[in-house]
Amino acid sequence: MGLGVRERMAKRAAKELRSGMIVNLGIGIPSMVPDYLPEGVRVIFQSENGILGMGESPKKGEEDANLCNAGGYPVTVIKGASYSDSATAFAMIRKGLIDVTMLGALQVSEKGDLANWMIPGRRVPGIGGAMELAQKAKKVVVVMNHVNKHGEPKIVKACTLPLTARKCVHLIITDMAVMEVTTEGLLLTEIMEPYDLNDVLQCTAAPLMISKSLKRV
Amino acid sequence: MMNNEFGKVISLHEAVQHIDDGCSLMVGGFGGIGSPPSLIEAILNKEVKNMTLICNDTGFPDIGVGRLVSRGRVKKAIVSHIGSNPAAGKLMHEGKLEVEFSPQGVLVERIRAGGVGLGGILVDIGVDNEWVAKGKQVIEVDGRRYLLELPLTADVSIVYAKKGDPFGNLIYDKSARNTNPYVAMAGHITIAEVEEIVPLGQLNPEEIITPGIFINHIVQSKGVNWKWAWE
Repeated sequence: MGLGVRERMAKRAAKELRSGMIVNLGIGIPSMVPDYLPEGVRVIFQSENGILGMGESPKKGEEDANLCNAGGYPVTVIKGASYSDSATAFAMIRKGLIDVTMLGALQVSEKGDLANWMIPGRRVPGIGGAMELAQKAKKVVVVMNHVNKHGEPKIVKACTLPLTARKCVHLIITDMAVMEVTTEGLLLTEIMEPYDLNDVLQCTAAPLMISKSLKRV
Repeated sequence: MMNNEFGKVISLHEAVQHIDDGCSLMVGGFGGIGSPPSLIEAILNKEVKNMTLICNDTGFPDIGVGRLVSRGRVKKAIVSHIGSNPAAGKLMHEGKLEVEFSPQGVLVERIRAGGVGLGGILVDIGVDNEWVAKGKQVIEVDGRRYLLELPLTADVSIVYAKKGDPFGNLIYDKSARNTNPYVAMAGHITIAEVEEIVPLGQLNPEEIITPGIFINHIVQSKGVNWKWAWE
């Protein structure tokens, strides 16, 4: 085993990126995606706190407290980068200029509804910028564990948690599988080692169509 | 001695005379980055209570406005998230803190609307979302539905800038700019905490982000006095 589970998910998510794309990454596993960009792929990372053109993490000791990503961690910028205020950063998002956003989720429905901002009565972290990103990015990729910490499926027929946005998710990448959201429902395209089809079906609370070119990776 | 011909440069002590129990306080910054540390410390020391806080988020427990929230000085917060400050979540569940969530981009546009004299803004973010749309007027324009989101202003706005001149012209620093330019416009009184106060004429007019007309008072910053999450 080379990579850990989170790293494998980040690496798989990175395969969705193509040169020239403008990409906004959420906190958690999505923030690890830049480390796994395929050879030769150059994208522009946008951060909603006002950076267009984020580069890699700074070396230890070279961090700048006034140059951080939306999660509050130090970053650098690439040549051609720009800073802006928050309203301008969200203008880029609301106008639909973000090609791909990658977000975590609490639940995703078979229709691509996304719930990722609160568990009523338990945990209410709030919306942040997820609602604008989910509603306006051209492609929404959810990167999350297949089941929650109680072992319950997070992929469901209909979300029971408050929604972030309806019918917005295009692709779901989990520790067990990769699924596309299609107009007919969820299409299972990849199964991650060491799981098999049975494991995936048991841990998914929505019907899955199985791709003719299903891969085990 | 710095030229103070506009009378705007004041001490921290004088600055917090404007901030009293029950006031609404709008604060620039994003996860504490770009929030004014010396003013926040002075507000803490003055033991101001029952404030309504308007900010991008509630910071971290000991970073930025998180310090005001986790010490119970805020009765209501209008923010986009409280996820990085567990103290805020705890106070909310105990009924000691009221939280109004706005989607982040909507929040900054509401602040902008307040600062530029608009009566409201039309946004389609959350228009089909029962939690966001609750209690808001829906307005149809050319067959498309929008929420009417209301402007935000505050008794006092506090911002953090890299450089300011005695008129209050400001420039910011990298990602520490974030909400500051709009927060600066939306206060009935705006106080800018500045890392470096420079003489008039030293800031290039082409590069000034906040024109000094929006700034009532300027204080010299003593620098960030908290440890960042990554340190």
